[in-house]
Formats: sequence, structure tokens, C-alpha cells
Amino acid sequence: MIDFTLPALGADMTEGKLLEWKVKPGDTVRRGQVVALVDTSKAAVDVEIWQDGTVAQLLVRPGETVPVGTPMARLLAPGELPAVRRRVSPAARQRAATLGIALESIAGSGPEGAVTLEDVERAAAAAAPAATAASVPVVTGAGKVTDMRAVIGAAMSRSKREIPHYYLGESVPMRRAQEWLEAFNAGRPLPERLLMAVLPIKAVALALRKFPELNGFYRNGAFEAGKGIHVGVAIALRQGGLVAPALHDAADKPLAVIMQELSDLVQRARSASLRSSELADATVTVTNLGDQGVESVFGVIYPPQVALVGLGRVSLRPWAEEGGVRAVPVMQATLSADHRVSDGHRGALFLNEVRERLQHPETL
Amino acid sequence: MKTDPLHAQVIAVLQAIAPEVEGEDLVPDEPLRRQVDLDSMDWLNFLIGLHRAFQVDIPESDYARLVTLDDVADYLRKKTGQGPTRSE
Repeated sequence: MIDFTLPALGADMTEGKLLEWKVKPGDTVRRGQVVALVDTSKAAVDVEIWQDGTVAQLLVRPGETVPVGTPMARLLAPGELPAVRRRVSPAARQRAATLGIALESIAGSGPEGAVTLEDVERAAAAAAPAATAASVPVVTGAGKVTDMRAVIGAAMSRSKREIPHYYLGESVPMRRAQEWLEAFNAGRPLPERLLMAVLPIKAVALALRKFPELNGFYRNGAFEAGKGIHVGVAIALRQGGLVAPALHDAADKPLAVIMQELSDLVQRARSASLRSSELADATVTVTNLGDQGVESVFGVIYPPQVALVGLGRVSLRPWAEEGGVRAVPVMQATLSADHRVSDGHRGALFLNEVRERLQHPETL
Repeated sequence: MKTDPLHAQVIAVLQAIAPEVEGEDLVPDEPLRRQVDLDSMDWLNFLIGLHRAFQVDIPESDYARLVTLDDVADYLRKKTGQGPTRSE
């Protein structure tokens, strides 16, 4: 029997409200399947399950708010059989069906372990804590924004309190990247064109392969390297606030795929339909404020991550090159990183790697 | 002030990306991106929307000409011949 617990959908989440179950007892579920819709203070999130199995019992009811880590459902592992053929009294079977409880999950107290009506009632009582919230209260738009502000405030306060940040900045010439991008886009219809934003994302992801100490989490007093390079991309929401969902395995994906996924993430972030893995998996964050017209951004690390890359506007600057000065498009790239895990020397090498990657856009 | 019939259609495309936009609040000869908070992804989606609604190709080299609502309407008029094909 496996407990499916409420995952933390981001470092700043302490509790969640179940809005809806997408599965019922008896359903077979596959790893990655969306099983529930949970309201965090940021958004309604499709929560995925992380193992295959069969739903035995739902422990939390829609409308209930429970802390992160609370068992929400019980599953039978693949191949795990409902112990033996249970002896179940007809009244118990009928009651269990009415209540939506899988008989396999109920300990029997009758003769030869038979499940009695009383057992079913006891299991039902245990599964349904006092609250019988029949309807789900609707959160108004304004309330959502206030909640989100509080959540961002809590996460950023924690970051500034706990993470000894250091900051580095580097000017990255973008002429080659721009020329390459123009040529790439020239032959393509609008929906297939790339935005400049995807090039630095890929460059950062590739550079992180060489600097694993900037990709991962600092938890329980130690660094855990990320299992993949999942780049969290900061997305501003139209009603205010932001989310930074993960672009999974960004280093392994062609630019066109990153573009497609980024576009999809932006759209879903704004319509509040992100998946739990997207909110919880990012191993590093990239924030791009160039569109808003600033030259550079030194970001606050999103705990428990250990690094954040900030990208500014690409703008024409006088640039000394080969003994002369010319106007060159330049972008400021910055790194905020956690001194408990890395130091400025490695951070500098990382930013240099990002810069070099962007000088060879055809290899991205 | 005369109203350009194309404006309403362009604004409808814009509203699909930025639902908070009120057509009457837009000044037609001021840069759109100064009036509406559009990042480059929003802008690209806006152009994709125009491309679909008006059946025109918009090469990247033309992006710089599309600054104000008037610019966009003029550009579309030129591209489509006389006026827009009424979509749906």
C-alpha cells in the first residue's frame, strides 16, 4: 500500500486545498497522471501522481485544506493484490460502495478478518475529518493577488534570511546570436519563429552541465545536485505576481522545442493551469526583464534552489573589438548564487561559459 | 476623430492576449507597447493572431514598422489589398 501525499508545489507552499479529485477508488493510475486539482495560494494546480498503481481509497475530500505531506489517497502498487479475497458482509459492501471506499483498504474485525459494517463506518470516519465541505468556496481575483503577494513575500524573505547571496554580472555581445536568429526566422512562417529569449535559456542549461553546483537544491543543511536541468522561467502574470514553472530537461531540447514549451508555459501560467511537476521541479531559475526595458536584473534566489540567472535588454552599445570600437548589441547576464554551495570563482566561470555559448548560436 | 474600421478587429486580436485592454482607452497613434504591457512573447502571439485573422504573412523585417494601432491597420490594409477578409 502506498500513501500519496500532498506535494509541496514550490518552496513557499505549506498547505493546499483539494478542489477536485480526477480519479476514484478502483482507477488505475500511471506515473505523471493528473489525479487531483489543488488550490495553492498561487494557482489551481493539476497534481500529478508519481507512481503507477490502483487507487484504493481517497482520504481527503474536496474543499478540505491540508498541510503539505498529508496522505491524500492510498494506492495499491502495481501487482499488489488486495491481500486475499476478503470476507465482507453484504451490508458492509454496500456501505463501502456508497461511501466510495475501497474494501481492500479496510481492516476487518469480524470472523476470519471479515469486514463488517462497523469496520466500514470506522474507516469512513477516519478518512473524512470533521469538515464536510460540500461546496468549494470561490476565491476572488483580488484575493488571489493578495495571497500571491504574501506567498512571494514569504519565499523571498526566507531567501534573503537564509541564503548568503553573491552577485556577478557580465556583458554578453549578442551580434552573432541576433544575426543567426534573423536568418533562422527569415525563412519561417510566424508560428515557427523563435524569440531571442530562448537562446539564453538554452545557453544557461548547457553551461549548467559543467557547473552542477549551480543546479539543484540546498535542503536540510546540504546541497543536492538536480537530477536534471529543469530551468524555471519567471513569468509575470497579467493580474500581478509571477510564477516560475520548469522547462524540463532544457539542455537536451532543440531551440524550436524550447520555444514551443515556453510559449505553452506562458499561456498556461496566465490561465492558471500549470501542472504540479512544473511548479516543483525547477532546479534553477532564469528571469528575463529585458522586455520591460531594464539593462540588468540581480534576482533573489528561489529557495531551495541555489542560483538564479538574470537577463537584461539587448541594446546597442559601443564595443571595443579588434582594436576598434563599433556599435554592438549587448545583453547583461547576471548570476545570483548561494555561497553555501558555490563561490564567485566558479560563478564567474559559469557566466563566461554562458557568454561563449551565445557566441556560437548554431550550436545551441 | 475618425474611426478606422480595422481598429476594432486588431483590438479584438490584442484582447485575446491582453484581456484587460479596453479599445476606447487606446490612443491610435501612440506606441501600443507603451500603452499595453506586452512582452516579446505577447507581441509574437499578437502578430500570430493577426497572421491568422487576416491571412497575411508578416516577415520579421517588418516588425519595426508595426508600432502604433494606426501602423498596424495601415500595414494590414496594404497587405490585404483593400480591407480585411472578414474572419468567421
